[in-house]
Amino acid sequence: MAMTVHVDVVSAEAQIFSGLAEFVVVPGEMGELGIYPRHTALMTRIKPGAVRIKQPDQEELLIYVSGGMLEVQPSVVTILADTAIRGADLDEARALEAKQAAEEAMKNRSSDIDYAAAQAELAEALAQLRAISQMRKHTH
Amino acid sequence: MAGSKEIRTKIKSVENTRKITRAMEMVAAAKMRRAQERMRAARPYAEKIRNVAAHLSRANPEYKHAFLVKRESEKNVGLIVVTSDKGLCGGLNTNLLRLAVNDMKEWEGEGKGLLVCPIGNKGFGFMNRIGAKVQSHLVGIGDVPHVEKLIGTVKAMLDAYVAGEIDAIYLGYNHFINTMRQEPRIEQLLPLPSEKLETTSTATWDYIYEPDAKKVIDDLLLRYIESLVYQAVVENIASEQSSRMVAMKAASDNAKSVISELKLVYNKARQAAITKEISEIVGGAAALA
Repeated sequence: MAMTVHVDVVSAEAQIFSGLAEFVVVPGEMGELGIYPRHTALMTRIKPGAVRIKQPDQEELLIYVSGGMLEVQPSVVTILADTAIRGADLDEARALEAKQAAEEAMKNRSSDIDYAAAQAELAEALAQLRAISQMRKHTH
Repeated sequence: MAGSKEIRTKIKSVENTRKITRAMEMVAAAKMRRAQERMRAARPYAEKIRNVAAHLSRANPEYKHAFLVKRESEKNVGLIVVTSDKGLCGGLNTNLLRLAVNDMKEWEGEGKGLLVCPIGNKGFGFMNRIGAKVQSHLVGIGDVPHVEKLIGTVKAMLDAYVAGEIDAIYLGYNHFINTMRQEPRIEQLLPLPSEKLETTSTATWDYIYEPDAKKVIDDLLLRYIESLVYQAVVENIASEQSSRMVAMKAASDNAKSVISELKLVYNKARQAAITKEISEIVGGAAALA
């Protein structure tokens, strides 16, 4: 039997693949990487593209990743896949957008934190909850 | 029959309310199961990334990322607080926000400035009403949160941290213990507490980095922080659904007892009316005889 390496493909939202492979091809940032078992430890970013996993006695498996990180150890290959297309500029634009939306929403308000109002609001909500739970106790 | 019609209408309306709360309970139960699955699905990624990040920070002691360095003085703090978008989920948001307000008050007492980043409608509305400085926010996450939506919101906070506008970031969310119990929590996100990056392995080997160690570590830590926030969001959704389920179950039970009480009152009123009518007839007949 051919030598195999354990491959995990995970994203923040789901586990995509976990199993043995004879050979893995990953689109690394510096170029395509072909990884056989007992590859030396390596860590790199990956580009959006297809990951090819050759499973023993099975068809080659194709997984599309939109970027991420690749960690290689002699017996384990881990692909930390991104769920979104990333890039410094893209992330920057997203951050800017989020900030602007917040600024927009913050207009027309006083700037000091009104703790009294905050606590009054919370106390009221808690009192309501307490009243409900007491009512429940009485009816039972 | 005085008031019997009113009582009947009242019973009908409580019955309708009960139907709604029952439906909401069942919907919440189904959503909770799915949210719990998502919580589990997100775990391997966070675990893997944590291990790798831990290894990296040990293998490269000379390179200290801004996320790892504890600053000498904390002048300003940031708070990311994850709440639900919708209400009707018991004391979930209230308890968390109360905890947050306590901490905020404490920080203010120490003379620290505050930047908040509310995730979820309830927290955003609250922070706006009390007048906290909102750096970025995210509302309308829905039942299935996506990391993509979080990137910008979180990055706005991380940028403020890197730029030195804030010296620490805390993360508040409801920790899901089980269906009946959720616990509001506020944890330190940045600088990364050292125990979050501890590993049991003592390997001394290092990776080959492409293109170089610094870039890889930067990217990895960013993803780690994002995955922590994502995890908090997913956990908060599971908490929200289970809390809603419990609250709606309580409401349905309440409606049930209200209905049985009203039915008793209705029957009594009906019986009284019948008795009255009979006695009137009997009285009338006796007068004629």
